[in-house]
Amino acid sequence: MAVITYREALRAAMREELQRDENVVIMGEEVAQFNGAYKVTEGLLKEFGPKRVVDTPISEAGFIGLGIGASMLGIRPVMELMFWSFSYVAFDQIVNNAGNIRYMSGGLINCPIVIRGPANGGTNVGATHSHTPEAILASHPGIKVVCPATPYDAKGLMKAAIRDNDPVYVMENTILYNDKGEVPEGDYIVPLGVADVKREGTDLTIVAHGRAVITSLKAAEILEKEHGVSVEVVDLRSIRPLDEETILASVRKTHRALLVEENKPFCGVDAQVAYLIQAKAFDDLDAPIGRVSSIDAPQIYCKRMEDQQLPHPARVVEAALKVLA
Amino acid sequence: MAEIIDMPKLSDTMSVGTLVKWNIKEGQKVAFGDILAEVETDKATMELSCTVPGTVLKIYAPAGSQLPVGDPICAIGKEGEAAPDPKGKPAAPKAAAAPIPETTGIPCIPAAPAANAAPAPQSDASRTSASPYARRMAEKAALNVAALAGTGPGGRVVARDVAAAASAPVSAAPAGPVNVAVAPPADGKGIQPDADVPVGGMRATIARRLLESKNTVPHFYLEVEVDAAPLMGLRETLNKRLAEQGGETALKLSVNDFILKASAEALRRVPAVNASWAGTSIRQHSAVHLSFGVALEDGLVTPVIRDAHSKSLRDIATDAKALIGKARSKKLSPAEMSGSTFTVTNLGMYGVTGFFGIINVPNAAILSVGATIKKPVIDANDRIVMGHRMVIGLSGDHRVVDGANGAQFLQALKQILEEPTLILI
Repeated sequence: MAVITYREALRAAMREELQRDENVVIMGEEVAQFNGAYKVTEGLLKEFGPKRVVDTPISEAGFIGLGIGASMLGIRPVMELMFWSFSYVAFDQIVNNAGNIRYMSGGLINCPIVIRGPANGGTNVGATHSHTPEAILASHPGIKVVCPATPYDAKGLMKAAIRDNDPVYVMENTILYNDKGEVPEGDYIVPLGVADVKREGTDLTIVAHGRAVITSLKAAEILEKEHGVSVEVVDLRSIRPLDEETILASVRKTHRALLVEENKPFCGVDAQVAYLIQAKAFDDLDAPIGRVSSIDAPQIYCKRMEDQQLPHPARVVEAALKVLA
Repeated sequence: MAEIIDMPKLSDTMSVGTLVKWNIKEGQKVAFGDILAEVETDKATMELSCTVPGTVLKIYAPAGSQLPVGDPICAIGKEGEAAPDPKGKPAAPKAAAAPIPETTGIPCIPAAPAANAAPAPQSDASRTSASPYARRMAEKAALNVAALAGTGPGGRVVARDVAAAASAPVSAAPAGPVNVAVAPPADGKGIQPDADVPVGGMRATIARRLLESKNTVPHFYLEVEVDAAPLMGLRETLNKRLAEQGGETALKLSVNDFILKASAEALRRVPAVNASWAGTSIRQHSAVHLSFGVALEDGLVTPVIRDAHSKSLRDIATDAKALIGKARSKKLSPAEMSGSTFTVTNLGMYGVTGFFGIINVPNAAILSVGATIKKPVIDANDRIVMGHRMVIGLSGDHRVVDGANGAQFLQALKQILEEPTLILI
C-alpha cells in the first residue's frame, strides 16, 4: 500500500471521482490556476481542464449558491472553502438552501454538493480564521458532516461524500495535510456514519474526531507507558450521521469515557456525545464522563498560548487520569 | 492547604465509628487510595481510603477511639505545614477501652420468628455515592453498595470496589472444601437450592472476630452444675406478683435476667474475671458492662448492659428487653454494642444441656448457660430425689484468668444462683 500524505489522499479521491463521473466538478477560490491555497487540488486543472476545475470570485455566498444550484440539476460540485471560517458569509446557502431543499421539495430535488476545506485552529491565523463549525453545521437535519483524521479516512470519506446525494461537508485540517499514512491506490470508500476504533483498550474510552484523534492516540501511548492504562480511541469520522453503536459498545466495554475535540466546549460535538452516553449507557458508567476541548475563548493569536488553548497530549492525559480516579 | 478528614458515614445507619486501627503515622506521605484506617461501624469494619493525597499532619483520634460521624480524625496537607485546628471543637474521643467486637460466640436469645420480625431496614443505596456501573455490579453480586467503602473521588463506590468486595469472601475464606463438587440429590428434590450465598457485613464480622478469638486467645473451659430449683421458684413467685401488680404490661423476668444479675454479682466477688488482656498489661475494669448474645435471622449481635454491677434485677431485665427489641429491628447503635467486659450466652431455651462459647475479645471470659432439666440427684440425706439442674460453662482467656480464678467465679455464681434471694438485695 502506498504511503501518501493526507493532502495527496484528498487529491486522489477527487481525481478518481473526476475520472469516474463526468458530473463531478471542482470549484473554489484559487483551486485551478493556483493549484489551491493549500495545494490540495494541485494538477487537477491540468488533467481535467477549466470546465471541470473552476476558479471562482472571492464571494463565498455567490459561488456556494452557484454550486448548490448546479447540484440540484445533477452536477456533483466539490466546492473548496479556503477556510471553513469563511462559510459564515455563505451560511444561508449552506444551511438553509442546501440543508432543506430535499425536504422542502418533498424529495424531488437532491443536493449532492460537497463543501470541503480546512476547519482548524492551531496555525496562528487568528480568531476569524480558526473556526471549527462541525457542531454548528451538524446541528441541522439534512446536512452531513465528516472530519477525517488520517490519510486513509480522508480519501475514503471524500469519495463517499462525493457519491452521496445529500450535502456533505468535509472538514479538513491544515496541520494534518502533511501527515502520511497508508492509503490503497484503488477505489474504496469509508461509509458515512461509521466510526472507527483507532486503538483498542480496556480501561478508558476516548472519543475524538479530526486532529483530536491524533492527539488522543499520543495521549493513549503515554497513558499506557507511564500509567499502565489501556485506552481505547474511537474516531467518530462522521459527526452526522453519528455512529452511536460504536461509541456505546466501547463505553460498555471500558465503563469510563473521555471526550476530546478541538471545538470550543459550549454546545460542542461532545456535548451531544456525552448526552448520548449517559442516556444509553448510564448503567455502564463507572465515572462521570470527562471532556477536553479548546479553551473557551476566541482563538488566541499568540502562538504559544494557542498551543495551550487546543487539546494537547498532556491535557488529555491529565483529564484521562481524572476520569480513571 | 491542609484538609481535615472526618469520621465518614460509611453506612446509612452509622452515627458513631470506632477507629479500630490506624495504618498511617503522622508525617507519613499518603497517596490517593491508600488505606488510612480501619473503621468499625454498626455493620462491619471497613477500610477508610485516602481521597486527599499529601502528608499526614496530625492524627486527632487514637486507635480505639469512638467518634461521632463528622468528627475530625486526621489532617492531610503539605509536608511541614501546620496541622489545622479541627473546626474549633477539640477532638474528644470518648475513651473506649479498646476496639470492641460487636459479636460473640453464641446466641443466647432465639431469633424472633421471621413472620414477626421487624423488617430489616433497607439500606438506602441511593444516598451512597456509587457509580451506575458499580451499582449494577453490586446488584448482580447481591452486595449492598452502601456497605462498601468507595475508593473513587469523594469516596464514590466504583467498579473496582465492588469487584474487590465480591472476591473478598473467597480470598479470605480459610482453606477448606470450598469448591468441592457435590452431586445434586438423586431425586432432584433437595432440602435447599445448591447456591453460594454471599457473605454480608454482619456475617463477615462474625467470621473474622470469632476466628481471631479462637486462633489467638488461649481458651480453657470449666463447667459446674447448679441446682436451679430455688431460682425457678423465685422467678415464678416474682413473675406472679409482678403480673398481679402490673397486668398486661407487667415486666416478666426471664431466666437469663437472673443469670445476668447473678453474673454481675459474681464478678463483684471475683473481679479478676472482669479484665482484659492488653498486650503488656492486664486491664482491670471497675464497671461491669454485661454483653449478651441476641440471635437474628442473619447472624447475631451482642448488646451491652452498662454498669450492670450497680443495677437491680428489674433494671437489668428492663435494659435487656429494650436492647433485644432494638437488636431485632437492627436499631442498635455501635455504642450499644461495644465496651463490654463480660459476656453471657444462653442456649437453654433450645434444650442444649451444656456448651462453651468463644470468648468475645477483649473479655476475659464468656459464660454459657444450658437448659434447666429434671434429673435424679442425691440430696443432703443421701437420698435420690428429683432435681432441677442447670449446667453452666465458662470459657476463660488463660492469659488473664487461671483455672483457680475461673473456678472461684463459678463457685460464686453457683452460690448466688442456688440462693437467689441474695440478688434481690
